[in-house]
Amino acid sequence: MKFAIVVFPGSNCDHDAYHATTAVIGQQAELIWHKETDLRGADAVILPGGFAHGDYLRTGAIARFSPIMKSVEAFAASGGPVVGFCNGFQILLEAGLLEGAMLRNRSLQYRCEHVHVRVERTDTPWTTLCQPGQVMRIPIAHGEGNYFAAPDVIDRLEQNGQVIFRYVTAGGETTDAANPNGSLHNIAGICNERRNVVALMPHPERACEPVLGSGDGKVVLDSVVASLRAGVPVAAR
Amino acid sequence: MPQTYKARVFVTLKPSVFDPQGHVIVESLHGMGYGGVADVRQGKYFELDVEADSADAARALVSDVSNRLLANPVIESFKVDVA
Repeated sequence: MKFAIVVFPGSNCDHDAYHATTAVIGQQAELIWHKETDLRGADAVILPGGFAHGDYLRTGAIARFSPIMKSVEAFAASGGPVVGFCNGFQILLEAGLLEGAMLRNRSLQYRCEHVHVRVERTDTPWTTLCQPGQVMRIPIAHGEGNYFAAPDVIDRLEQNGQVIFRYVTAGGETTDAANPNGSLHNIAGICNERRNVVALMPHPERACEPVLGSGDGKVVLDSVVASLRAGVPVAAR
Repeated sequence: MPQTYKARVFVTLKPSVFDPQGHVIVESLHGMGYGGVADVRQGKYFELDVEADSADAARALVSDVSNRLLANPVIESFKVDVA
């Protein structure tokens, strides 16, 4: 299968995603410049981490109007699997493909460390191979990852099972100390109602090989490969 | 006849949204002895030069721009002044 990895000016985890999808899990991937409009027949789309457009104005606010985003929106609308890692999450929020917004971290610090994240739901194309409740140790690197949404939106996300990843302790407990940025309900990642668009602030693509400190994130990329093989509906090419 | 209007846009976090930066600023002010400052909310300020047929048209255009780009309606509200 083939991944499209969108490259914005300021993306800096695009090559991490490329390495993970090609060298580590042995799939095809193409880096696609944000000014382009063609996803080149990709089966899944990754919006990578970084600082698209320098994070000017708000994280993701400028990137959401990049030409490629119309194609990403159409791909998502037709059921294609889309994932956002870190800055990619911020872009998907600004684009309205996911609900909510990011505030500055509660600590006002840029947090760059490994955290523990619990997989809440395995019924998305990006988590099918996970075990329910599985705890992954993966890195974060962000200053604006403090997930916020209005109380009625949070309630709806929880009721619909759209909270996909939560910050927890190594033992899997949801505590305030395990929350690195102040996100409501310790939310680290969510999905859309249709469940094909998933995003999280942590970086599974940078935790795909034990030599890099953790291989726990690889299951996210393996999951979408397995999902597509099993016949998750894919967008018209 | 179109003319140039100066528009000012003030973007602030909605009252229901916690402002970590404003919180740190007010704590710092209290540390400096300014106990009379009860609260601080940090925001953004924009100046736009707008070509439009009337002040109302300029205001409408700037409101549209603010809604779509300058502010994120999920967490922020904005105020437009046109002169």
